[in-house]
Amino acid sequence: MSGVDPQSGSFEELAMPLFDPLYNFAHWLTRNRDEAEDLVQETYFKALKGFSSFQLGSNFRAWMYRILRNTFLTSFAGLKATTTLSLDDVDDEERPELAVEFVTPETILMDRSNADLIEREIDELPVHFREVLLLCEVEEMSYQEIAETLSVPIGTVMSRLSRARKRLRDGLRQRMCEGSRMEQPPVKNGMNYGL
Amino acid sequence: MVCELWKTRLDTYLDGELASEEMRDFDSHVHSCPTCGADALARVQMKRSIQAVGKRFTPSPEFRKRVQRRIEAKPRRGAFGIAWMTAAAVMAVLVVGGLATTYRARDRARTEQVFSEVADLHVGMLASSAPVDVVSTDRHTVKPWFQGRIPFAFDLPELQNSEFSLLGGRMTYLAQTPGAHLVYSVRKHRISVLVFQEGSLRARLDENAPAKKELTFNLETWSHGGLRYFVIGDASVIDVHNLAELLKRAAA
Repeated sequence: MSGVDPQSGSFEELAMPLFDPLYNFAHWLTRNRDEAEDLVQETYFKALKGFSSFQLGSNFRAWMYRILRNTFLTSFAGLKATTTLSLDDVDDEERPELAVEFVTPETILMDRSNADLIEREIDELPVHFREVLLLCEVEEMSYQEIAETLSVPIGTVMSRLSRARKRLRDGLRQRMCEGSRMEQPPVKNGMNYGL
Repeated sequence: MVCELWKTRLDTYLDGELASEEMRDFDSHVHSCPTCGADALARVQMKRSIQAVGKRFTPSPEFRKRVQRRIEAKPRRGAFGIAWMTAAAVMAVLVVGGLATTYRARDRARTEQVFSEVADLHVGMLASSAPVDVVSTDRHTVKPWFQGRIPFAFDLPELQNSEFSLLGGRMTYLAQTPGAHLVYSVRKHRISVLVFQEGSLRARLDENAPAKKELTFNLETWSHGGLRYFVIGDASVIDVHNLAELLKRAAA
């Protein structure tokens, strides 16, 4: 979708293919079906209204996601989500994570039945980590495209992404610890999880 | 210890965001190092799982239809609509006449602001202990360095038989827009060439603006192929113009 020419098609032709992914992203942000629908609807109306001012050569997909995200951030749910960040999230948000540990929680994800673990962990991430992770992994946006969508420098995208992944791994490791304490299987399928 | 260094960039590698040379180095390391290979495999599994889990919400067909109905092209208006639109057009002409003066003043202020920021970027480069991130006189090294760092591509001129030399480049930002900052030298002077996407800059810059002075620097700007170029430096107005011409020819 990058570099879509708005003159080459109607708003409907360009925007409707993004409907499902935008709705999915909205649901992850709002955690609620009704609020996700309101958010997507408002995004489409705002985008339609501003389509004539959409600049040639710009990234249409990033533009749509930016409208959705800005609409979310100014909504009640968005304000609530962004004002409940812990000091830890904010203080070193821009600090790049240098040391990435060798972690093994990924291995449990090979088991499809554990998908709900990762779903819960994503859901519990602060909104600024959740959005960057979803845009990268689910929407497969480049760092540049994410930077355009979030209106932040690429360095911030990399830093947030790194911290979001670390949180996810730490959270999974903790859940595995809790699980193994309850079920007492320290070794599964012959693999030690290093916990 | 060496592997620890690789691991700090492993996620960036798996996201496909390293420069092509680094990607090749990473490929060979991951294939030859069992520890990093296993780590990479585990992280790929994690990415796939997040992708599978992350696509779990789908809109209902009713909701999709509802939004689609609201945004699809409106039918043609009737006679009443045309009369109303004519009246509105007359009113618009009167209002636009009044607003034009205000907008022109605002445009001028924005343009001045952009020129001032361009001068700041040039001064920032001159004052920096590391003025360029990619150090090379070879345009075939400097140009590919920008791949994946900025959302557009541009051409650089062949400088053989000219007075100019390419020193390197760095990423830069103007009005929150990423762009390329190239540094050239001519005799003892350094000249900055800045390239941005035209659409991203909010100022309306004059296409045929002659070279001008900004904070005593000579500056020339033009637009080509959706990109906005700025050439700025303390070299003579002729030097700045000659470099601008070389860039224009390369882009043509």
